Amino acid sequence: MNSSPAVEKLPGGIAAWWQAAPFALVFLLFFLVPLALVAMVSLWNFNEYELIPALTLRNYLSLFEGCSRLTDNGDLCVTLNTYLSTFKFCVLVWGITLLVGFSVAHFLAFHVRSSTVQTVLFVLCTVPFWTSNVIRMISWVPLLGRNGLVNQALMGTGLVNQPVEWLLFSDFSVVLAFVHLYTMFMIVPIFNSMMRIDRSLLEAASDAGASGWQTLWNVVVPLSRTGILIGSIFVITIVMGDFVTIGVMGGQQIASIGKIIQVQTSYLQFPLAAANAMILLAVVLMIIWGLTRLVDIRKEL
Amino acid sequence: MQTPISAQRAPGFWPLATVFALFVLFLYGPMITIFVLSFQGPEGGLTFPLRGVSLHWFHKLAEGLGTVDIGAAFRRSLALGAVVMGFTVVLSVLAGLAFRKKLTGSNALFFVTVASLIMPSIIISLGIGLQFRLLDTGIKSVLTAMDATSLLEGYGTALGLFSSALGAHLTWTLPFGLLIMFAVFNRFNPAYEEAARDLGATPWQAFRFVVLPLIGPSIVGIGMFGFTLSWDEIARTSQAIGDVNTLPLELQGLTSTVTTPSIYALGTVTTVVSLLVMALALGAAALLRRRAVRRP
Repeated sequence: MNSSPAVEKLPGGIAAWWQAAPFALVFLLFFLVPLALVAMVSLWNFNEYELIPALTLRNYLSLFEGCSRLTDNGDLCVTLNTYLSTFKFCVLVWGITLLVGFSVAHFLAFHVRSSTVQTVLFVLCTVPFWTSNVIRMISWVPLLGRNGLVNQALMGTGLVNQPVEWLLFSDFSVVLAFVHLYTMFMIVPIFNSMMRIDRSLLEAASDAGASGWQTLWNVVVPLSRTGILIGSIFVITIVMGDFVTIGVMGGQQIASIGKIIQVQTSYLQFPLAAANAMILLAVVLMIIWGLTRLVDIRKEL
Repeated sequence: MQTPISAQRAPGFWPLATVFALFVLFLYGPMITIFVLSFQGPEGGLTFPLRGVSLHWFHKLAEGLGTVDIGAAFRRSLALGAVVMGFTVVLSVLAGLAFRKKLTGSNALFFVTVASLIMPSIIISLGIGLQFRLLDTGIKSVLTAMDATSLLEGYGTALGLFSSALGAHLTWTLPFGLLIMFAVFNRFNPAYEEAARDLGATPWQAFRFVVLPLIGPSIVGIGMFGFTLSWDEIARTSQAIGDVNTLPLELQGLTSTVTTPSIYALGTVTTVVSLLVMALALGAAALLRRRAVRRP
């Protein structure tokens, strides 16, 4: 062992196995088995009283019932409509958190000189992550409500005559809450990537005559792509599966895939909920796959 | 350029500093608002102006909101958080040690851990809820087959705080624990440990007296993650808990029914608990670090 360099792994054997076993067991029992059961039950039949272990595609078919054509009102079917609405939130939240998260991470990584100040400011950005999400959602009520601070200010300055209604329990407040809650998931990985960038590269770019924007776009962004990718995966998977934020901030009026699954589960319609969950999982995996392809393509260019 | 780049403010400093300051205001502003409003006078409502300052809404909270026993939910969440913290620390540290060694299947285990982190929570919650209900059905049919009527009548459900909910929380806290352990061992110098082993220490002694003091502060950090993430968890718990509710789940239900500042008081209380745990963790980590330095 004395001769082995530090990078080489220590010999494993039975001890390593025992050390990893309890950790692995938790994921087997509470992650892999439940997922397998969801996949299995999504193919089961059910009636009002019980699940019937017989293979059927009924649950999947009922999800897409009527989706081949528009309804009489010219709308899409419920499932497609809900996915469209969820995608809309996804794109908006992803774009805003990426922009804000990148700016904040850039400021922390490249503009703050003292490492103590850097640590303090970084912790300042992450502390809310360890406090309750629901509390952070309802904390918008006194600001955005009918009689909230924003409306009081708008009325006070005479900009509007009546309280603005769309500030709370609307698409706007949902996006606002998502950005409020989850920008941290962008900041941390992007900051981490930026801290690994060799500072001499920036000086070299500057010496070679690159403008600030050119350095940003051609040096910093490509070298931060791992962090951007990780942050994007976090934000997109959270928004795709969300039902708490959309529920609370949408005043329980806005549909989302997560909410459909939650409602079906609470009515004990497990096979339907499971079929919905499998489709959501497939969609999320496709998005992640697409994102990783995007990064690889960038690398090749 | 005469002056070296590092001696002047880079271009874009002031715009970015402004963005940062606005972002911090955006993060903390609303929280400070409800903190202030939770001390609203008895006549006051959900929004400004503040009509006097009082602890009225905290007293109301202690009496219970509607049918919800806040005290019981508070104690349940505290107990669950403590248990999750314990499991997260022990299992993450053990797994972190295992990942330092040659371990068949370590890549698969890492992949599963990351998958659990980014999996939409509702799917995990649904899966665990389903698993335990199928377990109930199985247990009941076995009891029926055994003709154990009294047992069957007494049997409720396997879903619960320290079974399904605990498992659901661990799928969320353990990935953070393992990632922290990776960060720790990436910077860990194995020379100390090897020196101890060369001097005849058993693996346990090397761990207890060399590795553990060195990674102590980080372990406190894992504990803090374990507790605070469990304390605020909703999405993974929601379908996987059965009849009783944790504090955040009660809180989520209350958002649509309670229309008094009591809900802000509840927000202030839970946030103070989170902040206290963070402060305790920081203090403990600093203490451990100082002790590790002071030791000869």
